[in-house]
Amino acid sequence: MAGLAASFGSGAMTNDIAGLDKSDVALIIGSDTSECHPVLAARLKKAAVDGKVKIIVIDPKRIKMADFATIYACQRPGTDVAVLNGMMHLIIKNGWEDKKFIEERTEGYEALKEEVAKYTPEYVEKVSGVPAKTLEQIAELFGRAETAALYYAMGITQHTTGVDNVRSTANLQMLCGNMGKVGGGVNPLRGQSNVQGACDMGGLPNVFPAYQKIGDAAVQEKFEKFWGVKLSDKVGMTMTVAFDKAYNGEMKAFYIMGENPMVSDPDLHHAEEALKKLEFLVVQDIFLTETAQLAHVVLPATSPAEKEGTFSNTERRVQLLFKAVNAPGQAKHDWEIHQLIANKMGLNWNYTKAEEIFDEMRKCTPSYAGLTYKRLGFAGMHWPCPNEEHPGTPVLHIGKFTRGLGLFAAIPFKEPAEMPDKEYPLYFTTGRVLQQYHTGTMTRKTPGLNNLAGPHVMLSVEDAEAICVKNGDKVKVSTRRGSIVTGAFITKRCPKGTVFMPFHFAEAAANKLTINALDPIAKIPEYKVCACKIEKG
Amino acid sequence: MQITINGRPVEAKPGQTIHQAAKAAGIYIPTLCYHEKVGAAGKCRVCVVEIEGMPALQTACSVEPREGMKIKTRTDRVLAAQKLVVDLLLSTGTHDCLACDQNGHCELQDVAYYLGMERGSFKYADVESVKDDSSEFVSVERSKCISCGRCVAACNNTVTNRVLDFKYRGHKAEIVFDDDKPMGESSCVQCGECAQICPVGALTDKLSKGKARRWDTEKVYSVCPYCGVGCKLELHVDRKKNEIVRITGAEGAPTNNGMLCVKGRYGYDFVGHPDRLTTPLIKENGKFREASWDEAITLVAGKLAEIKQKHGADALMGLCSAKVTNEENYTFQKFFRTAIGTNNIDHCARL
Ligand code: SF4
Ligand code: SF4
Ligand code: SF4
Ligand code: SF4
Ligand code: FES
Repeated sequence: MAGLAASFGSGAMTNDIAGLDKSDVALIIGSDTSECHPVLAARLKKAAVDGKVKIIVIDPKRIKMADFATIYACQRPGTDVAVLNGMMHLIIKNGWEDKKFIEERTEGYEALKEEVAKYTPEYVEKVSGVPAKTLEQIAELFGRAETAALYYAMGITQHTTGVDNVRSTANLQMLCGNMGKVGGGVNPLRGQSNVQGACDMGGLPNVFPAYQKIGDAAVQEKFEKFWGVKLSDKVGMTMTVAFDKAYNGEMKAFYIMGENPMVSDPDLHHAEEALKKLEFLVVQDIFLTETAQLAHVVLPATSPAEKEGTFSNTERRVQLLFKAVNAPGQAKHDWEIHQLIANKMGLNWNYTKAEEIFDEMRKCTPSYAGLTYKRLGFAGMHWPCPNEEHPGTPVLHIGKFTRGLGLFAAIPFKEPAEMPDKEYPLYFTTGRVLQQYHTGTMTRKTPGLNNLAGPHVMLSVEDAEAICVKNGDKVKVSTRRGSIVTGAFITKRCPKGTVFMPFHFAEAAANKLTINALDPIAKIPEYKVCACKIEKG
Repeated sequence: MQITINGRPVEAKPGQTIHQAAKAAGIYIPTLCYHEKVGAAGKCRVCVVEIEGMPALQTACSVEPREGMKIKTRTDRVLAAQKLVVDLLLSTGTHDCLACDQNGHCELQDVAYYLGMERGSFKYADVESVKDDSSEFVSVERSKCISCGRCVAACNNTVTNRVLDFKYRGHKAEIVFDDDKPMGESSCVQCGECAQICPVGALTDKLSKGKARRWDTEKVYSVCPYCGVGCKLELHVDRKKNEIVRITGAEGAPTNNGMLCVKGRYGYDFVGHPDRLTTPLIKENGKFREASWDEAITLVAGKLAEIKQKHGADALMGLCSAKVTNEENYTFQKFFRTAIGTNNIDHCARL
């Protein structure tokens, strides 16, 4: 979320789900919404069918949302910045930008204007494959809309240029004055139930809860006082860097809670080697995942159905979970396990239930300060909520950005780290399918979901014909990092030259093929583009 | 505005229908085709009432009251009309409630109970059960369908998946998937919205078949563990068996208003799965063995402390999780920052 934080001062989705039918136009870029966020997609589809919102879809795959769109454009994987700059080029050229908004609420506009001047529709067509005419139509529909929203997901972030992509979406929304109002906003759709919450709680190497910066003297002092111990003021390591260091032997121990990086991490050989080199690996989970199998100690945790607590969803809504069933065997809540280890190491924690932790947390987490279990009630509430009288904040940045003025950034287009060439002539890209979730440790326990969606690779009709495979035939997909043989799913939704593979399946782990080139700032791996070749398997 | 229902003064808000005003005042008027999410369809006519000054019976689900309106819900005429509707429905379908999964949650049963009816009185040739079991998660029994149209409206206008439609009109009306395909072969994405909204046992959740009677389960609110939309769930729990027997979406929740996708609604087998970890495991000679909590915690705490001492706190890394609660992510990072003394904390999901 480094991109949005730099532009606005906060990295979260700016608008709420209930307000999404208040837009005139919704731009969906890099989000296969109906597969990855089906219920939010349902609301968008309804708004489109009811004639409330006109949808624009820009995606390398002709995703289902395109069937509900007024305009669909297919760009080459990894060319989002060029397309977005091209839109801004046309918007400025035609005078559709929101001059008052730019003047009063932003800075850095001149640099942006200068940068996008180069992105003529003809140039953008050349690099992205989006026809100049289509780009003009998109710019007009979007630029002239009274209120337009923008939605993206991993199709935007999982690139070496992920932060650039995100900042470009922010540029576009500031340019059109779509920030800080109902029905507008930049809306990153979070892929996992509580990834927003994990970040809010300080599950990041550079911040304490509520994004209070590590190393800031006042913040350090506050937390040292609050927790009663001396704290490190050195920014920690991101996961991807830590894996590299584990591989080199510099890192000695990992404690992994509820995640399965063996399947989700890019360039898997490397991840496995890295974990095997550790002196000590603790995995706390509900199943003996691929990652847990490598552990020295495995600690059994409870599932969400067995506990009380809160999740924060993609729109920053904090919602309560209640205990439905008893956990199996001796499994314990994650927080209970933390407390046992902490106390064994000499601390003195005394939590007896989740609510006590929540009440402690909100004392050091200003954006959650006004939330209580009682107030969350049935509907939940949006952070920021600074005090117990505050109603919560469905729309961010009204009247003022978190950082004061919104910051434009001139973002030049850069090609992906690995481009198709003679030997590997096709684009390879990964993603999710509706019926499975993440590394499959949960969804794959339901036989019906497996019957609906097993491992496969999606090919365009043309590419399949070129190697003479039919639906269901075995295909060997290879990249510079390895190859996988799996069944072909031939579809008109895939454009010629692009191969798509879901990453949920350990036995055909798409991430064995992806490249572990990282975005230099956000350290997000480039899952979305690399080069591959296909053969009959 | 003031109206009276069965002689009782009732306050009605502008825009409310007679049914809504009555419901708010705790007065039952049966409905079958109406559902608050898809609105009034005016199809079943089971909701008829008598209004003073109006010769014909009126449908309470669609008529908005006017100031001073005098409404009666249980006159002989009303009851006779309602009985005729229900009689026809019972006589033309396979409404043998004993093994029906909707039993206890069925709106047709509720109306029949309200009207004191046991079974239909019209004698048609034997009605045969017509089932479509082709879908992974939804059972279709067309012979229980009362053609209310809720599922068609929901599939098209709520979840907007545009799969369901009616084949014929009037009495012969029959729901179809796409151009009359078996449900499992249609473009249905198995979101289950139609099963949630069907008033009878025509569309039901397959995974819940024979699992628990409705009155034996308790509803517990939770949040979907999968994607970031955070749909609000109702977990239907059989406490005696310690088992989730059904999941429905919470109607009225601001995130999902009752809707769910196939994962959130049907992907709950993992909770009670036999592969769940039940004890701590310690690896010895390349193999796991079961251990007590005491032993495992002592080992973990000892090892972490030892490595910290030998290599410094920054040689340790914690990966927190997008699958656990805020409270647990909070305690995890607090543990790393205070007990270990490093900011090496990250999570696996970058979006
Ligand atoms: S649908 Fe209702 S009335 Fe018909 S059998 Fe089932 S419970 Fe009985
Ligand atoms: S399950 Fe969903 S998509 Fe399928 S028919 Fe029912 S409402 Fe439509
Ligand atoms: S299947 Fe159910 S919801 Fe659909 S028309 Fe028949 S009775 Fe109504
Ligand atoms: S039910 Fe589907 S759309 Fe809703 S949170 Fe779960 S996975 Fe996401
Ligand atoms: S509920 Fe009124 S006509 Fe069906």
